[in-house]
Amino acid sequence: MDPLLVFPSPAPPELAQALDLGGWAWKAAVDLDQARSDQPPDGWVGALIVAGTETDDAFRLCRSIRSGDVHVGSVLLLIGGGRLASLDFREDLFDDFCLYPFHPVELEARLKHLFRRTGQAERAEIIEYGPLGMNLETYQAVIEGKPLDLTYMEYELLRFLAQHPGKVFTRETLLSRVWGYDYYGGARTVDVHVRRLRSKLGEEHANLIQTVRSVGYSFGTSRWV
Amino acid sequence: MSREQEYVLRTVEERGVRLIRLWFTDVLGQLKSVAISPAELDAVFDEGVQFDGTAIDGFSRVHESDVLARPDATTFELLPWAKADEPSGRMFCNIENLDGTAFEGDPRQILQRNLQLARGHGYTFFAAPEAEFFYFESGDPASGRPTPLDRASYFDLTTSDVSSDLRKTTIHMLEAMGIPVEYSFHEDSPSQHEIDLRYTEALDMADNIMTLRLVVKKIAMDRGCYATFMPKPLNGVQGSGMHTHLSLFEGEQNVFHDPDDEYGLSATGRQFTAGVLHHAREITAVTNQLVNSYKRFAEKSEAPPFVAWARNNRSALVRVPVRKAGKPESARIEYRGLDGATNPYLAFSLILAAGLRGITERYDLPTEIDVNLFEMNDQQRREIGIEPLPRSLDEALDIMEESKLARDTLGEHVFEWFLRNKRTEWAEFQAQVTPFELDRYLSTW
Repeated sequence: MDPLLVFPSPAPPELAQALDLGGWAWKAAVDLDQARSDQPPDGWVGALIVAGTETDDAFRLCRSIRSGDVHVGSVLLLIGGGRLASLDFREDLFDDFCLYPFHPVELEARLKHLFRRTGQAERAEIIEYGPLGMNLETYQAVIEGKPLDLTYMEYELLRFLAQHPGKVFTRETLLSRVWGYDYYGGARTVDVHVRRLRSKLGEEHANLIQTVRSVGYSFGTSRWV
Repeated sequence: MSREQEYVLRTVEERGVRLIRLWFTDVLGQLKSVAISPAELDAVFDEGVQFDGTAIDGFSRVHESDVLARPDATTFELLPWAKADEPSGRMFCNIENLDGTAFEGDPRQILQRNLQLARGHGYTFFAAPEAEFFYFESGDPASGRPTPLDRASYFDLTTSDVSSDLRKTTIHMLEAMGIPVEYSFHEDSPSQHEIDLRYTEALDMADNIMTLRLVVKKIAMDRGCYATFMPKPLNGVQGSGMHTHLSLFEGEQNVFHDPDDEYGLSATGRQFTAGVLHHAREITAVTNQLVNSYKRFAEKSEAPPFVAWARNNRSALVRVPVRKAGKPESARIEYRGLDGATNPYLAFSLILAAGLRGITERYDLPTEIDVNLFEMNDQQRREIGIEPLPRSLDEALDIMEESKLARDTLGEHVFEWFLRNKRTEWAEFQAQVTPFELDRYLSTW
């Protein structure tokens, strides 16, 4: 699936986490120029534009999108409660909006609603990598066609890793993206879960997840090398 | 409904799970289970399962008999031994009062509460046990002295014998349930085996120990034999313990580690160790809760009955392992008193509380003891300030009863119930005429 455009960059951590947990592909851009240069061949299927308390840059980007400077399907605007009044007379700049800070369930509902209605984005439902298959709709994973029985956190960790083959993640990144910032347990939790996953993958496939010494972990190898 | 619960519901549906077992642990450390059908699961996540706790050890109360079991969705695992056409899953539960408050007799929540206290100081508590157990031909006391399956000894590599095969199957099953095994080998005594689990946070580890005990017993039973964690089942050979490696982390930092210290231990590590030693005698009734536990200590072996620490000394209660250079995260201490018949939730709670007390009160670590304490007599040991652990359950209960630390850590309900229950056990034992007495006294007096 093509990614969603997210503004600003870096994306607010809670937004990054919600999108990752929801299985959405996305890419953050610092400004219009980057949104244009990183644009996928068929254009962005949609954009999430965060106008927290500073709305000027966000509205400027919305305007550029509407004027066709960069091709974007639908625009979801995230806006702070105190700035709602600034939406007046700007209704044309976005397709839907959501209060910021957001509730993850509401965000998910709006994303599904918006992109189903416009029919432009579909979520990646299947991940396939070598012997591993994951169906994100049914939460099921298989290895060489045999079901893999995972706990929720094992499943989330494997999915996150498998969605980014070849990329090396630090324990902190994995902790914040997969467990979330409110999780208390420290980076060692990641080691424990990686070891659990490896034991379920079995000796033969345990090396799908590699330890990158003094950095963190990576999954498989990148498709781009 | 949380994402975790949604995940479990979906998995149950996709995998055609027919039965869900809700597991919890009584105060004595026995695993309990109530099964529900998948159709109930949605409602059970919302409301819990109500049941009468009167018949569960440590769950009875005066004013109210019903409690609620609330499954912890993060612990959902499919049971690898279930028949292919009847997939079953399990979840560990917290036990609540009907008004939704934590039930004070629930060992799992007692540990959660104590881990929360450690978190207040910024710490996460990790544990890695070495579980020892015996395989016997039968578990029926009526069949006389238990018969081991083999005659092998420590680290022996035995070919094609039943017990090594049992151990191998057990390990595969544990790994399939997300319980990684670090080592396993034949222990010292005939048919005695050891399985060492890889460290996890203490709550997960207590859950894992409950699962391990069940899996070890289940695999043995499937092959028509019997596995036991009874601390001292045979005369004349060493018993089964559960030495446990302990460490505290602050984020990614192992707070026991100090590369410049002679023992590799930080000030915090020393204080924690001092706390564990200082309070060891008060918590022994829980870490070694059977009449039989104290017979393991009587054998001069890997069951150290003296309150002391050392790097390499079999007779000391706490070992500070000498570490390979460049592995700061593996700094830990090994508590060697525990046996496999303990309630892991309560034992971990008490050891953690003792260690934390050492940190908050800045206890001084006594000197390392590198002499063999078994070779000294009581007076010699007293002279160098070494106290013995309680020598019987009776003595351990007397010491525990005076311990504010034990009372605060376990809570009033469990503290009182445990003492009462164990006093009765001791009294029943005292009323028994043993084979020893008949052998020795009948013909001479």
